[in-house]
Amino acid sequence: MFERSPDQELLAETTRKFLEAECPSTALRALADSAAGYESDLWRRGAELGWSSLVVSEAAGGGSVSESGVFDLMLVAYEFGSHAAPGPLLPVNVVAAALGRWGSDKQQADVLQSILAGESVAAWALAEPAPGDGIGEVALQAVSDGGSIVLNGRKSPVEAGAQADYFLVTAQHESGLSQFIVPRGAPGVRVTPLRALDMTRRFARVDFDGVRLAPDAAVGELGAAVPAVDWLIDLAVVIQLGEIVGAMQWSFDTTLEWAFNRLSFGRPLASYQEIKHRFADMKMWLEASHAITDSAARAVEANAADRAVVVSAAKSYVGRYGPELVQDCVQMHGGIGVTFDHDLHLYLRRVATNVPVFGTPAQHAVRISRILEALEGAR
Amino acid sequence: MTHDAELLEPIEDVEAFAARARSWLAENMERETGGRGLGFQQLRSDEEELAAIARCRELQRKLFDGGLAGICVPREYGGQGLTPAHQAALNRELVGYEYPAETQVPTFTPCMAVILEFGTEEQKRNHIPAILKGEELWMQFLSEPSGGSDVAGAQTTAVRDGEEWVMNGSKIWTTGAWWADWGLCLARTNWDVPKHRGLSVFLMKIHQPGIEIHRIEMLNGSREFCQEFITDVRVPDSDRVGEVDQGWTVGVRWMYHERTVGGGSPYVTRPANVRTADAVPEGPARLLKLARAQGSLETGKTRELIGESYAGDTVGAVLTSWVTRQIRTGETTDQAAAITRLYGGTNAVRNASIGFELAGSSGVAWSEDDTTLTGISYLMRQAACIAGGTTEMSRNVISERVLGMPRERSSDRDIPFREVPRSAPSR
Repeated sequence: MFERSPDQELLAETTRKFLEAECPSTALRALADSAAGYESDLWRRGAELGWSSLVVSEAAGGGSVSESGVFDLMLVAYEFGSHAAPGPLLPVNVVAAALGRWGSDKQQADVLQSILAGESVAAWALAEPAPGDGIGEVALQAVSDGGSIVLNGRKSPVEAGAQADYFLVTAQHESGLSQFIVPRGAPGVRVTPLRALDMTRRFARVDFDGVRLAPDAAVGELGAAVPAVDWLIDLAVVIQLGEIVGAMQWSFDTTLEWAFNRLSFGRPLASYQEIKHRFADMKMWLEASHAITDSAARAVEANAADRAVVVSAAKSYVGRYGPELVQDCVQMHGGIGVTFDHDLHLYLRRVATNVPVFGTPAQHAVRISRILEALEGAR
Repeated sequence: MTHDAELLEPIEDVEAFAARARSWLAENMERETGGRGLGFQQLRSDEEELAAIARCRELQRKLFDGGLAGICVPREYGGQGLTPAHQAALNRELVGYEYPAETQVPTFTPCMAVILEFGTEEQKRNHIPAILKGEELWMQFLSEPSGGSDVAGAQTTAVRDGEEWVMNGSKIWTTGAWWADWGLCLARTNWDVPKHRGLSVFLMKIHQPGIEIHRIEMLNGSREFCQEFITDVRVPDSDRVGEVDQGWTVGVRWMYHERTVGGGSPYVTRPANVRTADAVPEGPARLLKLARAQGSLETGKTRELIGESYAGDTVGAVLTSWVTRQIRTGETTDQAAAITRLYGGTNAVRNASIGFELAGSSGVAWSEDDTTLTGISYLMRQAACIAGGTTEMSRNVISERVLGMPRERSSDRDIPFREVPRSAPSR
């Protein structure tokens, strides 16, 4: 279990109790066919618990229960993972963090406050379709044209793209990487919902076809977004990690109990050495995933010098062994593990969804190597 | 570790201690030149080995004189009476310095740790200050040729003769017994009770008549591991650790301390595995060099393997602190040390495979001046999952002692050890 202060435990516990009461697996199944995958009212009430404001400073209207908002958010994500919970936790927090840090006063007043209150939803339009889908790879064009900026290009997948009131769009401008806030209704924005693996998490393809923006739509200085985007990617990965570890823990606990209670050939499953050894491996993956996720959250919080390499180490490890653990849990359950009625697939879906988005484990491993190569070159 | 005497004065602040260690190290210790591998992974001539051991004793003495030996050992035995946090601080400060590598394991842990926990007052006073001064190097007389993981099935026998015990049998896999001074020996003192109830632990001088040391040649040419043949060796009863026939009580904690050798022990002084943001750690640096030599660095697959290796090492380091903290706070049982042992073994195996893959054909056919020996490390790969208790044993411990799953069925539990079926010695 992550080391936490009493205030952090209270935040986690409040979230846990809320999700237990509001999002039992029957409710998740009921949401499977809904367009949004969550109820706006639930998100608004979650925002009251702090879900949308943990990584925004008090000065900008946010606030958290400790000095480490990123860690607090990871704890909330962990609860989301251990309940396979619905709601746009990741996109909302990433955009809120961006606006809270680099948004203008006007953007903070007009957009951020309603996001923090849970009244608006925001999505981060960063990722682009293959083959241009490297970590942080962006081709979408932003061109200065007279007094305005014009966006052209495609973003996919965009989490909560069809539910968002605002997009934070990452684009290539002649001055360099830049980010813009774009309202859903802007002319030229076309949203196409995608089918998704997760029960309640929705993604969309968003096309920007000559979308014309006022210059004050830029979030932060034009052309200077590289450090911000890198940090936001790592923040997004930490949220994913929290979710994956939460889902791993639920799957492990559930399957352990199953192994003790399920009899086969007159003995509990847990008495077979083959099964015991697989649980030992799973326990190791689980504790290792906890430990490295803890480190990654702290590195992002502190914006430590080795932040990127720690986050990538975490994603490459947890992204590999998280799904492996849940699949092993399916195996331990036998046929019941691959039925719709059993809850395991809710967690398998959640873990699997988090694996490729914001970088596959392999892409993060390559990112590590490139960072190390650059370090060697710098010496 | 807290003793009444130490409660009287406040413990030195960790930061202040770290500053003291930093300046002492800068003034008194040399910078490390070149990396070190595990004992059996590095091939040294006997002369080089003996020189290294002599140097190690000197360095240990320097640390002792500088007030930096036995950080977590009570003051009455020559230690500093400080905390694991102080030891961790020293290990961080030690990065980049030459240090007494060969005394750490198994001398400080598990051997000294066991003596501290179970030894008599006399034993502690006789040996612990000497250990801290680098005068005594210790080895584990634990494994036997008749059984590897089943250490409680020891057949080396101690028979009481007045105030002495007469020992006969054979021990194996003692690293460097040929240059070490003392052994911690698990022996059978009663064949007529079930196996865990007839063991006792003894302190044994290694170089004495009746102990014949045979050096084992490993497949990589290393001759670090030894086998000892013990014939009618007399050990005074005052060198017995723990109660007669209660040796397994000691043994359980001995095994625990052994699992902390890779990290987590409060007794090991070793440069911390710190990731500094501006330097590439040794393992990945070696892989990068290998990939450049093979001209394969620019491929995605190579970068993936290098990144995987770095991630594996990084996760291993944080997992060790994670589990160590949980054991310390009582969140989990000390048996959870098996988790880090399992991780360390499987991670090392993976790294050996990654190295061999990146080496390509240079791993199997190389020029005289290439000292990488990636292929040899690959041949020795499984040693990481065997030495210090196999990973299969770790998996048993994790599932049974940490997760509470049913114990394996065994045929030796409730019958006199004499009647237990036994295999012939493997060598």
